[in-house]
Amino acid sequence: MGVVLELRNVVKEFPGHRAVDDISLALERGGFYSLLGPSGCGKTTTLRMIGGFEQPSHGDVLLDGKVVNGLKPFERDVSTVFQNYALFPHLTARGNVEFGLRERKLADRQARAERALELVQMGGKQDRTPAQLSGGEKQRVALARSLVLEPQLLLLDEPLAALDPKLRKEMRSELKAMQRKTGVTFLFVTHDQEEALSMSDKVAVMNNGRIEQFGTPEDVYLRPATRFVAGFLGAINWFGAAGVRPESTRISRAKPEGVPCRRGSVESSLFFGNCVHLNSLLEDGSRAISELPREENHFTEGEPVWVHWAAADELHFE
Amino acid sequence: MSPRQWFLFPARLWMALFFAAPLAIVCGYSFLTRGDYGGVERPWTLESFTRFADPLYLAIVWRSVWIAALATLLCAVLGFPLALFISRAGRHRNLYLQLVLLPFWTSFLIRTYAWIFILRDTGLINTALLRLHVIASPMQLLYNDGAVLLGLVYNFLPFFVLPMYATLERLDPALLEAAADLGARPFTTLWRVIIPVAAPGLVAGSVLVFIPCLGAYLTPDLLGGGKTVMLGNLVQNQFTTARDWPFGSAASLVLMASSALLLALLMRSRMAKELM
Repeated sequence: MGVVLELRNVVKEFPGHRAVDDISLALERGGFYSLLGPSGCGKTTTLRMIGGFEQPSHGDVLLDGKVVNGLKPFERDVSTVFQNYALFPHLTARGNVEFGLRERKLADRQARAERALELVQMGGKQDRTPAQLSGGEKQRVALARSLVLEPQLLLLDEPLAALDPKLRKEMRSELKAMQRKTGVTFLFVTHDQEEALSMSDKVAVMNNGRIEQFGTPEDVYLRPATRFVAGFLGAINWFGAAGVRPESTRISRAKPEGVPCRRGSVESSLFFGNCVHLNSLLEDGSRAISELPREENHFTEGEPVWVHWAAADELHFE
Repeated sequence: MSPRQWFLFPARLWMALFFAAPLAIVCGYSFLTRGDYGGVERPWTLESFTRFADPLYLAIVWRSVWIAALATLLCAVLGFPLALFISRAGRHRNLYLQLVLLPFWTSFLIRTYAWIFILRDTGLINTALLRLHVIASPMQLLYNDGAVLLGLVYNFLPFFVLPMYATLERLDPALLEAAADLGARPFTTLWRVIIPVAAPGLVAGSVLVFIPCLGAYLTPDLLGGGKTVMLGNLVQNQFTTARDWPFGSAASLVLMASSALLLALLMRSRMAKELM
């Protein structure tokens, strides 16, 4: 398969701050990858350097083994789906999809555009202008507009952020299915850990301009490399130096035998439909969250309890 | 009248007294006969309008439209890049906009006279070129169509730049990035994205330049030296030296009708709908 994208010690400095601080990354062709991190972590800047909208201050960006530093966006075989879609308002859905085909002088523009719009299930709305499309439909047209060019690499800059929560969840499986169907390598930027975990083959977790961990969703969730990764990919309870996920943090009335435990009392409970989060106030003044199946919640607020966990579920960091 | 309607009363009174009434008088005059010493007499007649069939007057109408169109085109060619530049100038935008508006600090008349001092035989340009021995005798820069065009473009350029700027300023920069991303070079992006998306501003600016240019009379009078007669000059002459008020009124109405027709055509076009 081979490596489609490689970043070698890439640094991006803006006046007064370093947005991207020496990152290296290699992506295998045909995968679904995510850059995950809080806002301001440098993930969008990284994406813009790959797309050609920014140039690295130091280091190299390689596409298909060739250094592309200094090449303009129109000279690179990558395409970007922008956060607010950036559809051309004066063109129809089909006109938007054909735009790139015309610029790249590809043959059978019409047939290709139609196929791409079919792929994103917009076949029936080809002649609508962006103003006549819903957010989700614009999203699909923007995807078709990029995918039709069959780029080496598709960059997606928080493409789901502008959609309502229900649609956002539906689009996750669709995006993944589209990636599998087309075989195009996707690099997806998001600050939503659920999105990154659910769709990706591999996730690069970024913080303060650096990649803290690059691994499969299971790796980064179950075996986080740093405290930041552990805390960013879901909630975590800190018992001294050990971190334990809420779903591994149990609660009981009787003192458990042979496992680490803490004394405390139930402070509040939050109902999530499929599960319940019990917040306990521990004797040392810290708090812990236990995630329980709905039917196992027989605790009342203020009740004294034991919070315990299995030593095997502890996460340790230097 | 409801209390809200009373707020409109001053404006209504003003428009009735100073727009509707004079317009009605002009309309009425255009169907009357010319008096010997100015003014109007009966009988009612259509003669002032039928006189427009005279090739002399048709030529004036045609010439006005042609000069106004050319001035508009020049304003677009000069104003579009300027507006694009200002819209991308970051924090210096306001400074540049102030500079565009700077000429308005002086009266229109004085600025037009200033051009006479620059263009005349003993003016700035001719004197400089003579001193430098580029030319042997002064060039005729004043009192021709070129001078009129120059004056019109100079005076009306800001009216094109401002609406054009307002549209370009709202242009989403992501569209330009998307175009580049899809393979468009900067020049293609200009033709296929910036100009079509900014078309409403282009139309608004063109209307704001074309209509006053069509009726211009001071600029052709001063810089054209009376030779470059446009519709505005025709109206003025009929009311003053020619003392033919009915024909002057008819000429005003023809001018108004041409502008109104043009606007009506634009309103019906798709671009105008987007503009509204």
